[in-house]
Amino acid sequence: MKHIEEYRNPEISKKIASEIKKRCKKKIRLMEVCGTHTTSIFKNGIRNVLPDKITLISGPGCPVCVTPVNEIDAFIELANIKNVIIATFGDLIRVPGSKSSLQKAGAAGKNIQVVSSPIDAVNLAAENPNKKIIFLGVGFETTAPAIAGSIIFAKETSVKNYFVYSAHKTVPPALSALMADNNTDINGFILPGHVSMVIGVCAYLSFFNNYKIPSVIAGFEPVDLLNAILMLIKQIETNSYKLQNAYERAVSFEGNKKAQELIAKVFYKTDAKWRGIGIIKNSGVKINRQFANFDAEKKFDIKTTDALKEPKGCSCGQILQGIMRPTECPLYKKICNPINPIGPCMVSSEGTCAAYFKYFE
Amino acid sequence: MNKSDIITQDHGGGGKLSYNLISEIILPSFDNPCLSKLDDGASLNIKGEKIAFSTDSYTVDPIFFPGGNIGDLSVNGTVNDISMCGAAPLYLSAALIIEEGFLISDLKKIAQSMSKAANKAGVKIVTGDTKVVPKGAADKIFINTAGIGFIPKNINISGHNAAPGDKIILSGTIADHGVTILTQRKGISFDTNLKSDSAALNKIVEKIVSVSNNIHTLRDPTRGGVSAVLNEIAIQSKIGIKIYEDKIPVKKEAAGICEMLGLDPLYIANEGKFIIFVVKQDADKILAEIKRDKLGQDAVIIGEAVLDHPGKVIMETKIGGTRIIDMPLGEQLPRIC
Repeated sequence: MKHIEEYRNPEISKKIASEIKKRCKKKIRLMEVCGTHTTSIFKNGIRNVLPDKITLISGPGCPVCVTPVNEIDAFIELANIKNVIIATFGDLIRVPGSKSSLQKAGAAGKNIQVVSSPIDAVNLAAENPNKKIIFLGVGFETTAPAIAGSIIFAKETSVKNYFVYSAHKTVPPALSALMADNNTDINGFILPGHVSMVIGVCAYLSFFNNYKIPSVIAGFEPVDLLNAILMLIKQIETNSYKLQNAYERAVSFEGNKKAQELIAKVFYKTDAKWRGIGIIKNSGVKINRQFANFDAEKKFDIKTTDALKEPKGCSCGQILQGIMRPTECPLYKKICNPINPIGPCMVSSEGTCAAYFKYFE
Repeated sequence: MNKSDIITQDHGGGGKLSYNLISEIILPSFDNPCLSKLDDGASLNIKGEKIAFSTDSYTVDPIFFPGGNIGDLSVNGTVNDISMCGAAPLYLSAALIIEEGFLISDLKKIAQSMSKAANKAGVKIVTGDTKVVPKGAADKIFINTAGIGFIPKNINISGHNAAPGDKIILSGTIADHGVTILTQRKGISFDTNLKSDSAALNKIVEKIVSVSNNIHTLRDPTRGGVSAVLNEIAIQSKIGIKIYEDKIPVKKEAAGICEMLGLDPLYIANEGKFIIFVVKQDADKILAEIKRDKLGQDAVIIGEAVLDHPGKVIMETKIGGTRIIDMPLGEQLPRIC
């Protein structure tokens, strides 16, 4: 914690902020891809210390938000199966499917348990041999290794009543998809910190070489974020483009090899549906044949529709791509709020709309 | 509200949804001026005497936790609700709802700690009730307590009385209780030395009300934490509230766990802390008095009531930005990454 205080230092933060003010001449739109960045920006009041010329746009980096309706419906259907306990990370439980949410299913008597780690879900399975524990694998490259680890652990310890529904997504293909869409007018990317810890700087090379756009990996403290923004401004003001790492204390060029190996051992790459965006090629991972016995999608007969039907009037799709701001959505604050979320961006504490709702006047 | 709407955990979170439930369902049913003040307890005028009267139910899970159990919590909680009216609590009632199959030895432990907590606070449990319900009809044990106490004649403390210029004092570190309970829950276990701050605040409150007649508001930030209490006061007193991030005391361990789970300490429950709104001139005097007590050693002035932005709580962040501290909506949910 002492170490982290350096990155929260008010004097250093103020100094970087004034440097940004001095250097920023053009109107600039930067996208922070990661939901934890969005929250940190609001929490620390970073928008107030930046010049008006800089607009920060929140991207599709909230895993709960990009989980499509039909998958949420599938989760609820799994909860309805006899003797099933659903184990899930907390922020998934309020996400609305087409008819209900896990929270409502829980209030109606289904067994939904919030855990902080997939290993806790394996332990839950070991403690309840007569029940089937299904863990909802939602997240990016950050959660995928731990979930892969839990499946390997269950196999090694012969836990046979533990299952995972893998709805994982990967970040670099989504960046390419954003750039391929001409509507997204972005001058630079603040790249995620935790995801980059796992995949490394190298994972962005193909995206970067393709689109040649200023991109900086950032940490989560105010000094980290302001530093990354300053690096982007310097690039943009000199008409250059670089892939830079402003989070060197955590992110290496190759990333975390062990975590990458865990992902590779248990999962295979496939196309994935992103809520509000659609199908992105090679942007998801599913459980491979070797671990098929743990795959909830194969083990349980659930009917999922392919429809990506969004609630009427919901602008989450445009918001996730940075085309629209939450305050421009006709439902925002009027009928959509974190307790009664119409779209997914309002649900998770990392969601763009929830962050706006909570912190924006 | 639709006919098919059901109660979810969020309705009990102490935030906006709890507030809606109370204002749409509860208040219209029992409408009277005492209740509609929505203070921690009712202030009653009975034959020339001012009496504070309050009740609360305790359903904490787990029932035993570092720093206390459901028994002492149920005594301290009601003692504190009465104290927050500026009153000296005297008598309590206790009603136990016990699930069939509950260990008698556990019940004994709980009863003993209720007795110990009552002795320590100097109150008596003078009436009670015990019910046993079939397995599954309750979760282990629920306790309801109610209590009464005298409000000294010169005291007029309420959530409606805060005024621009008031200083806001917080009596110590926040989030200890809520984070401790969270770390004991199945599925979210952490090894930590944190313990609940559950404590009776009547003695310390008696001391400070004797030092100053200019205390406008007293509240204990339980469910919904400091943010819920400050928002309630901002609305009830029609004032703006400004607080400073670098002044808010949070134990490093609690802050670390909150960070890992994506929770904000300002929204987490406390069971042995209070917030005071007092006129500026008396603030230092009261702060010194609080700091003299063991329960108030970390007390600090966290901000002030202002004329600007009435009904809203705004925090100046450490780096000089600002952010809104809104009323919590429901329970905070641990996040994914």
